[in-house]
Order: sequence, then structure tokens, then C-alpha cells
Amino acid sequence: MNEKKREPLLHISKRPEMPWYYIWGVRIISVVLALLVCSVICVVMTGENPLSIYSTMIKGAFGSPRKTWVTFQDVAMLLIISLAVTPAFKMKFWNLGGEGQALMGCLASAACMILLRDVLPNWAIILCMIVASTLAGALWGLIPAVFKAKWNTNETLFTLMMNYVATQLVAYFCIFWESPKGSGKIGIINQSSEIGWLPVIGGQRYLLNILVVAVICVLMYLYLYYSKQGYEISVVGESQRTAQYVGIKVEKVIIRTMLISSGICGIAGMLLTAGTNHTLTTTLVDGRGFTAVMVSWLAKFNPLFMILTSLLLVFLDRGAGDISSKFGLNKSFSDILTGVILFFIIGSEFFITYKIHLRKRAAKEVQLHV
Amino acid sequence: MEKRTAAVSVRNVTKRFGPVLANDKVCLDVYRGEILALLGENGSGKTTLMNMLSGIYFPDEGEIFINGKPVSITSPKESFRLGIGMIHQHFKLVDVFTAAENIVLGLEEKLDMKTAIKKIQKICDDYGFDVDPKQKIYNMSVSQKQTIEIIKVLYRGADILILDEPTAVLTPQETDKLFAILSNMRNAGKAIIIITHKMHEVQAISDRVAVLRKGQYIGEVKTATTTAQELTDMMVGHSVSLNIERSEPVNPRPRIEVKNLTVKDEEGTVKLDNISFTANTGEILGIAGIAGSGQKELLEAIAGLQVVEPGSSIAYIEDDGTRDELIGKDPLAIQDMGVSLSFVPEDRLGMGLVGNMDLSDNMMLRTFRRGKSFFTDRKRPRKIAEDVVKDLEVSTPSLNTPVRRLSGGNVQKVLVGREITSAPKVLLTAYAVRGLDINSSYTIYNLINDQKKQGVAVVYVGEDLDVLIELCDWILVLCGGKVSGIISGRGADKQEIGLMMTRVGGLAPEQAMDVLRNQQIQEGGQDHE
Repeated sequence: MNEKKREPLLHISKRPEMPWYYIWGVRIISVVLALLVCSVICVVMTGENPLSIYSTMIKGAFGSPRKTWVTFQDVAMLLIISLAVTPAFKMKFWNLGGEGQALMGCLASAACMILLRDVLPNWAIILCMIVASTLAGALWGLIPAVFKAKWNTNETLFTLMMNYVATQLVAYFCIFWESPKGSGKIGIINQSSEIGWLPVIGGQRYLLNILVVAVICVLMYLYLYYSKQGYEISVVGESQRTAQYVGIKVEKVIIRTMLISSGICGIAGMLLTAGTNHTLTTTLVDGRGFTAVMVSWLAKFNPLFMILTSLLLVFLDRGAGDISSKFGLNKSFSDILTGVILFFIIGSEFFITYKIHLRKRAAKEVQLHV
Repeated sequence: MEKRTAAVSVRNVTKRFGPVLANDKVCLDVYRGEILALLGENGSGKTTLMNMLSGIYFPDEGEIFINGKPVSITSPKESFRLGIGMIHQHFKLVDVFTAAENIVLGLEEKLDMKTAIKKIQKICDDYGFDVDPKQKIYNMSVSQKQTIEIIKVLYRGADILILDEPTAVLTPQETDKLFAILSNMRNAGKAIIIITHKMHEVQAISDRVAVLRKGQYIGEVKTATTTAQELTDMMVGHSVSLNIERSEPVNPRPRIEVKNLTVKDEEGTVKLDNISFTANTGEILGIAGIAGSGQKELLEAIAGLQVVEPGSSIAYIEDDGTRDELIGKDPLAIQDMGVSLSFVPEDRLGMGLVGNMDLSDNMMLRTFRRGKSFFTDRKRPRKIAEDVVKDLEVSTPSLNTPVRRLSGGNVQKVLVGREITSAPKVLLTAYAVRGLDINSSYTIYNLINDQKKQGVAVVYVGEDLDVLIELCDWILVLCGGKVSGIISGRGADKQEIGLMMTRVGGLAPEQAMDVLRNQQIQEGGQDHE
């Protein structure tokens, strides 16, 4: 054995728990690095000044009161669906059906607005809408939950498939209720009478939605962290064996939690249909059911942090949209920037948990004495 | 000692895990033709040190020499190449393969089973293994599986063998057999390191003993010139008494009466076969048996976590003589009946506690439902956590530390602490001291003894027969799901219990080894009550 003593170039070890300022320091550095890398990409690929691209992004999201309101509306809608899927995630029930559950809420609201407009007074219709959309969303979550609890089916696939069923149902009703006839779509429901539209408060059409979501956010935080049911969710998520050992009925918790999760998705659907868009299309939820997964994970399932993560994602998306139009760049270019920034933010978690040791200069040989 | 080149020489090796110094400038020499016992409490860094020899970890500082040459063990493969073979506590075998297939698995040479089997046979003959190379792993007992692991490393030409707590899963008879084989290997010039914390085994098998404590190398002694007491003192750092107290039971009355308990698993295999016994107040009933003989099912049946066959009965007898049937009730229903039953399960972090939750959240696992409020009461559990930390000397950075970050002994203290806070009438414990160091083990024995003195009916499932004999008032021996016998702990004989573990009734020692495959033996006594 005549080999030279080698040491691996680098090896990785786990860090002890770091103080909060270290953790946030790493995160901020990662964002700064991401922006630097994005700048290089901008200059190399487009020749534009990166600073003007960034300022366009900020202007795109917050450039005018209207843009700011839209940004906050988008944040609110993304946040409510993220809040909705979070209790299921804490239970390690991977609810990827937020999209379909919200869409069912949209469908139920639209049905109330169309079918009840000549039957009930406006306040009663809104009441019906709240109940119906919650139930419709909850039903879409209940089905996979029951199958999971009773027969341990794979909830990820099941909830995912339910999305397509919901999309097809909505597509069917779009044609069934088409207006005007032959257009194949619904258009604005009750445009003149505004029956079933949620009231506009403070003169701002998005304010009500934002307030509702803010209240749900705080309630969800309290529910998850301070209630007995929230505690049960954590125990079931960490270990079903432990849950059984202390007498928690796991099936009951799975079903109850999914009812809450998908019910809130239903409410989100109602806010979209009755609160802002006043219509029904298959793309009304706009992929938020999937983006919500990222929001929830990035925030480590903490509802209050989710305000920040959903703001980040909405900001990147809206800002990026403006760059593509102003600089005549393809929309894909803004997706590249968003990807780079997310890569750095998610990658920074590695440096918070682990430490990398580089090879030191060859230590002088220690003689072996026998 | 004459000037020889050590087979393995470790010099000033340091390994850190975060802030934890697992090995602090450790030095160690092992020579050919000797067995070195590496002794140390849990968390003293034994396994870390051995994992560096087997290429799983890489040292932060220091050097390792094999046959006098400096080496750098960067991977398990490299370690194999250097002739180091490690036998882990948990076997790494493919169940549906035969012994021979498992042995050649992963070797980068032409697959030729005939030659392989011949070679395996030769190894068996050389060292005295008793193995059928064509037997499937799933048909094997724990000790046979361990044998396969040993042959596996020998087949690869290892001449430095490391065994990590090899006897933890063996009966006394199997241990004797293993030791005979280890002696043969020593005589054949292999260098052997055996990790253990059982003192009598150190004395039975090793030539030298090296002691680690808290990651530091304390020293080494020749086995012939030392005593169990001296070794323990080196290991712990101060003098400890090695006696477990056993008080006389005061006024024992029946508390749990198990009758005709039969349990089948999901595949229909009988796990417990018509078990009957009584656990009395103020007594400790020990349960002995080879791992997997039905201990888990027995405790879980009492705790309401196990589906049982019709005809089974578990009665809880109150102080005034009223009997309540526990069968068919889940843990919550048992709690609601007012039966205060505590259970320290085998799987501490997977069942007894929630690893990612902090101490006070774990304290409320049993009691969080109390009160009508929608929200949880966080003050009481916090107080309990404070008390447990103080009373049981749990070492933890804070009450907000997730329990999975604590060491094994502290995790167990938290669990036992919580279970006895509820002033139980029945205390079930499964392998309560497994993986615990001496100090923690004695803390747990004392806690269990305190419960006994307070009139609790204790059921203690254990694996160390010496402890069972010293601690328990009665010992029930399980064998393949049947009661092999119930004997008094006072004056019990270890060899006798060992035989009962392998054969119902403990008769016919010459057949004791085939039992695992032939458990349908109908004769033999089940009538010790």
C-alpha cells in the first residue's frame, strides 16, 4: 500500500441550531446573491441595465395605487389557498387538490348567483353562496380524505386527479349556463343587477377580500399553534403511532382536517367568483392551488410567514410580467429570473442546516511511534 | 508488550457533530491475535470511532494507521479494501435471498455460486460456524443472521473485525457460541474489536479493554488484571454501586388478570398463544424472551392498542375488587374509565414521544384534552416539564428543545417522567433501559422501584437477564408467543431462563437451538401459575 494519504476535497457536517440573526443573515445574503446573478444574466443575454430592469419590476408591482391594489389582491388570493392547504400539510397529508377545491367553490357561487337570482333576496343569496361554496370545496376534500382514512389510498394522486374532475365539471357548466347563447362562456354574471356580488367596502373593490384573508390568516395561526385540534394535527403528522398511543382517533383527525382545508379552498373560490371576477371559467384559480404548495413550504407551514412568501412570489410574478412588456422580452425571461431567485432562497436553507469543510493544507505527517 | 506493529492504530482522532465533540483526540491500538473490548457508556463515542474506521464518517483531525501505514478511509469500500469489516447492530441482509447470495452480494467479481459456496463452507469449517449457505434469510433466527454478517466480512478477506454490541440480541447460549467463534478467529490471527457495555462479557472474551468516556480516551487495561468495578468506575468517571435494590412486596393483590390472551397479526400469524398470568400490586413482573416473542403485542394488548382474538380477557381489578374488562377499549376509553395505566413503549421517539416537539409539548400528549376550552393549556405541561427535568436530572439546553435532539438516556427520562407523573396504578415498560448508560439505567431502575413501593403493578419487559433476575419479583418467560414458565425472580438461574426462552418449558437443552423453526411443540409446561 503505497498510496498517498488523501483527504476528501470537502465534507459536510450538520450545524447546531443557529441563532435567528444568523439564519436571516444567510437568507438576505442569498437574495442579494440571487439579484447579482440575475443582473449578470440580464447584461449577458439582453444588454439591458439590470438596475432599470429591477426598478421596472418594482414599478410593475407597486407602480401605481391600482397596481398596488391588484398586487395585494393577488397576494390575498394566493395566501388564502396556501393557508387552506397548510393544516393538511402539517398532518403530512399532501393535499395537491387546492386548485380543484377552490374551483368547486367558484362553481357553487356561480350556481347560487345564476339559479337563485330571481328567487331570493340578495343577502340570502350571499349567505347561500358562503355555505354552498364551503360545502362544495369540502366535498372535494372529503372524498380523498375518507379514502385515505379508511383504506390508506395515496392522497397525493387522489387530490391531484380530483382537480381534473373539477375542471371538467366547470367546463360543462360554462357551456350549460353560457351567456350570450352560443358564446360557450359565461361572461360577467348579473352584470347590471349585481345580484350575488360581494359588497364593495371603502370604495375599494379588493379591500373586502384582503380583510377576509387577513382574518383567516390570524385564525389559522391560532388554530394551528394554540388549539387542541391543531395540537392533534401536529401529533398525527409527526407519528400516527404516537397518536394512537395517546388515544387520538387518527381517521377522525384526517377527515376533520381535510374538511377544514378544502372548505377554506371553497371560500377562496367564492371570493374569486363573487368578490372580484364575477364570472366562472376553468382557469379562474390560475394555478394558485399549486403555487400555494410552495408558499406553504417556504414559510415552513407558519401562517404568518406565509404573508411574506406569498408576497414574494406574487411580486416576482407581477414584476416579471412588466419587464417582458417594457423591454420587449419574452415572458420566459422573467420566469428565468424568478427561477434563479427561488433557487437561491431555497438553496440557502442548506447553508443554515449544514456546514461545509474544505480540505485544509496538507497537515504535516505525524510520525507513528510504536 | 513486545514491539509489534498494530493492525489498527488511531492517533489523536477528533470528530465533531456541530457543537458535540464525539471523539476528542482519541488514540487506540489493536494488534493481531487479540480481542480488544471497547467499553464506554452511550454517547461516549464508541460507535463514532468505529464508523470512522469503517469509512462512514471522516475524522476532522488526527490520523489512522493500518499495519503501520497512514491511511485515509474515505468510504466503506476503501475500508473493506484495507481489510476492515464491521458487523453492525442492525443487520443489512436481503430477506428473500439465501445466505450465500447475501454473502456475495455487491462483490465485483464473476458470480459463481458453486465456488462461493465452497469458499463459504471453508470459512465455516475454519472457525466453527454452523450455517447452511442455501438457507433463506427470512427463515433464520437473529443469531444465524448475525453469523451471516460475520461470514460476509470474512469472505471479503477482512482481518480486522469490528462488532458493534453483538450480544444485545442474543440469548446466553447464543452468546457463548459467538464467543467461541471469536476465540477461534483470534487464534487465527485476526484483530477483533468488540463494542459492548456488558461487564461480564468483557471479562469473558477480551484480552484488553479500552475505555472511552464522553468522547475522550480514558485508558486501557489488561482484562486479566482488572475487575468489573474498576472498569465501571473508569467508564462512569466516579464510583457507582452495581447492585439493584429489590424490596419485599408489600401486601400484593391482583391488579391485571390476563386470561387466554391470543393475538394474531395481519397475516394471521399467531403472535401470542393463549397467554394467562396475573400482575400484582406492589410487584414487578419481568417478561423475558428472545426479541419478537410477543412482548410488544402483550403490552400493547393491555394498553388497548392491539386487536385480540375472541375469547381473550384482560381484567383490571380495582382496590375494592370490581373488575373491568379492558379488551375492546382504546387508550382513550381506558383513560375515561378511570384506569390509570402508564405505558413506556419500546419505540420512544416513534410512539411514546413526538421527536420534533419540545419537552413541554410532549408532556401534554396524554393530557391535552383536559378541560372544555378549545385551546390548549400550556402552563401545566410546562410546569410538569420543569419538574421532570429537575427531578430526573434531564440534561437539556432548554424546555423548548425538540426531544429528538436529546441523548437516548434523556429521552427516556422524559418519557418515563411523563408516564409516572400521572400517578399510575399499572406501569408497563418495554426495554426501559435499552441503549442507556449506567447512570441513566440506575435512575430508571430506581424510578421503577419507587413505583413498586407505591403499590403500582409494574410489568417490565427486559432483555438483560442479569437485570431481570436482580430487579423483578416474578419473571414470565415467553417463547414464540407462549408462556414458557413463570418463576420467582429470587434465586432464578440465568441458564435456566435462557433455555426457557428457546423452548417452551425449558426442557431438553440439547434441542434448544432448533426451536425457532419448530415452534409447534405441543408438550412442555404452560401451567406455572
